[in-house]
Amino acid sequence: MNLILTPLGALGRQTLNMLAGIGRFTVFVLQTISHFFRPPFYVGEFFNAILVIGYFSLPVVGLTALFTGGALALQIYAGGARFNAEAVVPQIVAIGMVRELGPVMVGLMIAARVTSSVAAEIATMRVTEQIDALVTLSTNPMKYLTAPRVLAALIVVPILVGIGDIIGIAGGFIVGVQTLGFNPATYLRNTADFLEAADIISSLIKGAAFGGIAALMGCYYGMNSGRGAQGVGKATKSSVEAAAVLILAANFGLTALLFSA
Amino acid sequence: MIQLNDVHKAFGNNQVLRGMTLNVPKGESMVIIGGSGTGKSVALKCVLGLVTPDSGQIIVDDQDVTEADRDAFLARFGMLFQGAALFDSLPVWQNVAFRLLRGKLKRPKAEAREIAIDKLRRVGLKSDVADRFPAELSGGMQKRVGLARAIAADPEIIFFDEPTTGLDPIMAGVINDLIREIVVEMGATAMTITHDMTSVRSIADRVAMLHDGVIQWTGTVAEMDQTDDPYVQQFIHGKAEGPIEAVR
Repeated sequence: MNLILTPLGALGRQTLNMLAGIGRFTVFVLQTISHFFRPPFYVGEFFNAILVIGYFSLPVVGLTALFTGGALALQIYAGGARFNAEAVVPQIVAIGMVRELGPVMVGLMIAARVTSSVAAEIATMRVTEQIDALVTLSTNPMKYLTAPRVLAALIVVPILVGIGDIIGIAGGFIVGVQTLGFNPATYLRNTADFLEAADIISSLIKGAAFGGIAALMGCYYGMNSGRGAQGVGKATKSSVEAAAVLILAANFGLTALLFSA
Repeated sequence: MIQLNDVHKAFGNNQVLRGMTLNVPKGESMVIIGGSGTGKSVALKCVLGLVTPDSGQIIVDDQDVTEADRDAFLARFGMLFQGAALFDSLPVWQNVAFRLLRGKLKRPKAEAREIAIDKLRRVGLKSDVADRFPAELSGGMQKRVGLARAIAADPEIIFFDEPTTGLDPIMAGVINDLIREIVVEMGATAMTITHDMTSVRSIADRVAMLHDGVIQWTGTVAEMDQTDDPYVQQFIHGKAEGPIEAVR
């Protein structure tokens, strides 16, 4: 009998822990959103987060998009050559970057760069009692640390995605013109003609969703960090893992939702 | 002024407080002593609402802390944390003036900076420290900045969590003297937790010994030296033999 009950008990405990975790995270998200609308507002923290998440992420986002766009052009050219469709490079690079690779690559870069640093910073604040100090100084840590970062990410990551899309297309353009022999004017005209407003809007929506996920994961795992250096390390690792998986899952969900028609 | 009545707190299976009862009258400096892991910090955090007790009652000025307006309640407190808990991302003066730069006590930036520098001077730090970051300061200087932050808004009640831990004996003496001077000068009620018997003798009006989750003994410093209580005797003389197990 124990042979059946022991694994069932373990499965039950795991399920309960998972449901409790989902519940805690849901409460965390709702609390964060509620702080967007309830004063006091920490404007300085918000603008600092804009700078850290947005401006300082530009180099890594730009380089990632540039190389991705270039590689995409080479792949499409090589693949298209198998059925004499080399000419579709500008269109596919544009649609591939804007609809899919731009938001996903930027989302993953933000998860790597921002989620990890937010989680490590807040977790360190947790283990060094800085979060407790905030409370004793009549400052709500959710309002001071979480709300400005999440709001900043929701605003600034779509902008990063837009910039990433443009640089990615530029990467494809450089490779297309310099290496694959495309006419520059034709390449640009094909790109512009093929892209639709819905593609760009969906890209920005994905950017906002991925930015929100990345910041929320960093804050959530940081706030719930365990003790000591190990606790900080675990919080950082878990936050990046969770953010990356959720970004890819959300990308699938949003793609299905936005392009199902 | 501060009353803890039969406060219990457990973390999982670890029962930390098992019915702690303690009264701290207004204007008194109470020092809680006890071994590591006996729940001294938890007791302070229960009063501040950082940890919620499982049962029991905590009353500050005839009001149950769970029923008090949280912001107004915390505005009456200042706390010096064991590791100072300074905000790494802010310069020293903004750490000290943190409460004066936001919320209900918000003042103009220049005035808040002026107050911060004044409080830094009060704890023996020069104004050139104001624009440095916490990571650029020694442990003793960080403690002093933490002390300046604790007193920046002239609180009625100040908590000190292991104020001399990690400091050399001379710096520990400086911090002890500062705490005593500030508490007397401000007329504040103080609760300090420490293992350091030099601190106890410098800071305390009264001493409470916490062991096994309850207050085993309370009295003045003079009474502490004369008591026959075996727990107190073992603790203040640092004996391995006695009713307190050396390995906990």
